[in-house]
Amino acid sequence: MFIINCPYCGKRDQLEFSCGGEAHIERPKQPTELSDDQWAEYLFMRKNIKGVQFERWNHTHGCRKWFNMVRDTSNDKIHATYKMGEKPPIK
Amino acid sequence: MSNELRINKNNFIDQTVRISFKFNGKKLFGFKGDTLASALLANDIHLIGRSFKYHRPRGIMTCGSEEPNAIVQIGSDPASTEPNVRATEIELYEGLEAFSQNCWPSVNFDVGGINNLLSPILPAGFYYKTFMWPASFWEKYEFFIRYSAGLGKSPTKADDDLYDHQYAHCDVLVIGGGISGVISAKLAAEKGLDTILIDDKNFLGGSTIYQDEESFKINNANSNQWLAREIENLKSYKNLVIKSRTSLAAFHGYNYLLAREALTDHLSVHERKNKIRQRLWKIRAQKVIIASGSIERPLVFNNNDRPGIILSSSVKKYIDYFGVKTGKNISLFTNNDSAYETAVSLNKSGVNVNVVIDIRENSDSDIVKKAQKLGIKILWGHTIVETNGYKRIKSFEAMKLSSDGENVVGNKIKFNSDCIGISGGWTPMVHLYTQSGGKLQFKSNDNIFIPDETKTPSEQISVGSCNGDFELDDVVNNTIYNVKKFISLDKSSYDKINVTCSKESSKKNIWLLPSDKPLYKTKPFLDFQNDSTAKDVKLALREGFKSIEHVKRYTTTGMGTDQGKLSNMHALGIIADTTGTNMGELGTTTFRPPYTPLTFGTIVGRNVGKFFDHTRKTAIHNWHVDNKAEFENVGQWKRPWYFPKNGETMHEAVQRESKAARESAGILDASTLGKIDIQGSDASEFLNRVYTNAWSKLAIGKCRYGLMLNEDGMVYDDGVTTRLAENHYIMTTTTGGAANVLSKLEDYLQTEWPELDVYLTTVTDQYSTISICGPNSKNIIKKIIPDLNLSDENFPHMSFKDSKIDGVNCRIMRISFTGEHSYEINIQSNYANDVWKACMDAGKEFNITPYGTETMHLLRAEKGFIITGQDTDGTLTPSDLQMDWIISKKKYDFIGKRSLYRSDTIREDRKQLVGLLTDDPKEVLEEGAQLVEDINKKPVEMLGHVTSSYYSPNLNKSIALAIVKSGKKMKGKKLIVPMEEKNINVTITDTVFYDKENKRLNA
Repeated sequence: MFIINCPYCGKRDQLEFSCGGEAHIERPKQPTELSDDQWAEYLFMRKNIKGVQFERWNHTHGCRKWFNMVRDTSNDKIHATYKMGEKPPIK
Repeated sequence: MSNELRINKNNFIDQTVRISFKFNGKKLFGFKGDTLASALLANDIHLIGRSFKYHRPRGIMTCGSEEPNAIVQIGSDPASTEPNVRATEIELYEGLEAFSQNCWPSVNFDVGGINNLLSPILPAGFYYKTFMWPASFWEKYEFFIRYSAGLGKSPTKADDDLYDHQYAHCDVLVIGGGISGVISAKLAAEKGLDTILIDDKNFLGGSTIYQDEESFKINNANSNQWLAREIENLKSYKNLVIKSRTSLAAFHGYNYLLAREALTDHLSVHERKNKIRQRLWKIRAQKVIIASGSIERPLVFNNNDRPGIILSSSVKKYIDYFGVKTGKNISLFTNNDSAYETAVSLNKSGVNVNVVIDIRENSDSDIVKKAQKLGIKILWGHTIVETNGYKRIKSFEAMKLSSDGENVVGNKIKFNSDCIGISGGWTPMVHLYTQSGGKLQFKSNDNIFIPDETKTPSEQISVGSCNGDFELDDVVNNTIYNVKKFISLDKSSYDKINVTCSKESSKKNIWLLPSDKPLYKTKPFLDFQNDSTAKDVKLALREGFKSIEHVKRYTTTGMGTDQGKLSNMHALGIIADTTGTNMGELGTTTFRPPYTPLTFGTIVGRNVGKFFDHTRKTAIHNWHVDNKAEFENVGQWKRPWYFPKNGETMHEAVQRESKAARESAGILDASTLGKIDIQGSDASEFLNRVYTNAWSKLAIGKCRYGLMLNEDGMVYDDGVTTRLAENHYIMTTTTGGAANVLSKLEDYLQTEWPELDVYLTTVTDQYSTISICGPNSKNIIKKIIPDLNLSDENFPHMSFKDSKIDGVNCRIMRISFTGEHSYEINIQSNYANDVWKACMDAGKEFNITPYGTETMHLLRAEKGFIITGQDTDGTLTPSDLQMDWIISKKKYDFIGKRSLYRSDTIREDRKQLVGLLTDDPKEVLEEGAQLVEDINKKPVEMLGHVTSSYYSPNLNKSIALAIVKSGKKMKGKKLIVPMEEKNINVTITDTVFYDKENKRLNA
């Protein structure tokens, strides 16, 4: 299990968190103006990378805040965690 | 007891304390400090069990967790009996009962032994090849195969022992209490780090602690004496915790490790009572030092599995540690120097060492010279080609190896021996390192895989022989150097340490030793527990298996309870030799946790029975219990299901409750519904975005039903939300959906709409909800709250009032899930029980009837109200539910809106919610039953299924809800519900069965 550095609470056990899938997918501001394909792209398409991935995590059994994480899925190394709305510290 | 096999000289066995135990019903004695294996050997018992496939007699082969043969069934109690226990690991205790496994009728005469004679027709893959045809016979074969499969017997009753889980945090965790572990732990403790040292034995010191030999010296003391002092010194460190009898089970990422501490397994049965049997430690360590050591390899030669053939290092441990002679006339067979340590130990203890067969041409190391000086006969460049003795080794034959090592030459020389100590070199225990994600490198001079320190996944190092250091000076010096570097320690008390030892000067390795017989006439075992031989591995290669993982599964090599600790390296070596590959490129099979088997009790700990999950009870729970409610689980909640009276069946109770609710008054504990308090200046806008309908114009004091979708347009949850004030709402959710809805709303607020000024608070537990429905509900409320104006003008349907009951603030909502005139009282949970009782008293004259979830479901089904999760399953849009009326056409956006007109969601042939009436009004459909139109056209097309079905006492007929393909267009159409014994004819109807005009709401 990982040790996750919650940007609000500090280092905690993974037990306290839940993963919310790929990060930085913004909900379209005007969904009604999108074609079926464009909406489907937002709705269904998610990356599943072997390597460095940007993910949403929630400190479910803690402060209940959502935040972002940069994790390497091949070795579970967490490169960074940062607050929602902040730019990723790593490219 | 056969005293001639026990010597009286050592520090580890307390020969003043005799312990009685039973093996296969026979009463035997051992001493305090014995393992079951050492006690059996002292009683001259070598034959322990039968092998898995050929039922060959097998004996004790090792002295540790790698034991493949001596696995026994412990105890006969149906709750506590334990199969597959390694006799080499279990400490002897008073009253221990052990039984041989995999033999019938007895280990001495085993009918299954016939398999040994049949072995030429039982090669690898025999089952796969034989039981393929005819395919229809598989079920018949399976019965017999299952019967003969598996080792030992599972307990048949629940485990009544107590198990525990505990967390531990430390700076440094040292795994293994051998010499390198002890040195590591002392260095970490010297540095002042919080250190835990764990070892699976009851006694620290590994194999050095009984190495009482002048060839191995540390600071001018014999290595065992030096180590004993070091271990004693460890006890003075307050920042060091030593956990013995604790075996590491798993090494996960981020230095999270699981270890099993055996607390009572060494105690006599009566001493165990009311004590925790085992504790699972969940350890989070900043740094991990693995000092798990190495295990000796067997040699692979013809008939190398007979009882009495024991690893050479184990022969040494039995004599030096336990004081047990494993035979009276012992020979040794080796390819390296370590067997000479055994030879010297045996000689010192007065055991006759018959001969040492060494496949090497020579060795001139100190320990070999010492053996020679003691007069021990050595046969260089020879191998054993045959062993004799069915239930115990009696003799063996040796021949000279050809110069290339592939054949034998010259004459056979026969030796009599009742024990052969074998040594094929050493295998570092890299299991834990690889479990943690570490990669290995191959070191060809020793034919070993060791940790590749450039590919270590976390803060950890491996030291000692698990890192490939096998000689005492390397072990000590490298451990000190590496650990100091690892924990950044500049100076230590070990800086001037002086180690001298015998150094191995010659190495030779042959994975499969030749015999004078052709390979197909021999039995060179690789995996002793699963009976796979070198022949099987070669057969698998001939049949086209290349990957080590495939060969493993096809031959079952390494798949026993020992997980191939002894066999894997030989299998790899033989594959590499046969295919001309480099072992390093071949790689190993995957090492998976646990390192040694864990009992299920340890894994689950206290989380059994009522502690398996939380139970949530409403504030009125005790009243329900007192009034004989039957309960149903809704998520973690216990909800009253129905309240049977005078021995009523569930059906009778539900019919009575349903009728009473419509005819006079019913009362329901609705406290489990999720309640979310929503506040903030953007609360109305927020609701607009999360519900499909419009909220901005909802007046203060009014309630509205809302449907919440997922972004994919599918119905997610529903409930009534009330506007308490300008910027204050209270939302109700379904019981099961409460936590998920709150999470989902928080997600949108925090990530998509952070600009909204909205705060969400769960108040599900803080407020209790009492729902009173029926024509007399108004009269009851009037009695409880006399000063509340209940007129339809002042308090219409879908509105709320702040009020007081006996001076306690409460919120009264006039909302209805039954279609009846009804009220919901929301009150602080501390007062809920009293208010419920007050309602019951006030309603007595109106025959107020408490009802449970079943009646609630029936009443709402009469009205065609859906239950999300029962009538919906995450694949239905509001339109599919015939609820188009709740979708705002004016709103620009809400969660899921765009998905409502995707090409798939606007298809007209989607499954849609309909009502069903059975042609026979007494026939009640089964929920989940399929709906078809034509049962003759094959394959029969399934059009949908029944989602809710009840017998309505108010309509005197059976009613049902269902989802049906193109259902909206099929009103009036006849369909068939095919059941096992008959076909039921049904007609599609409207979803509302009762009071279509909603007259009763204001009745």
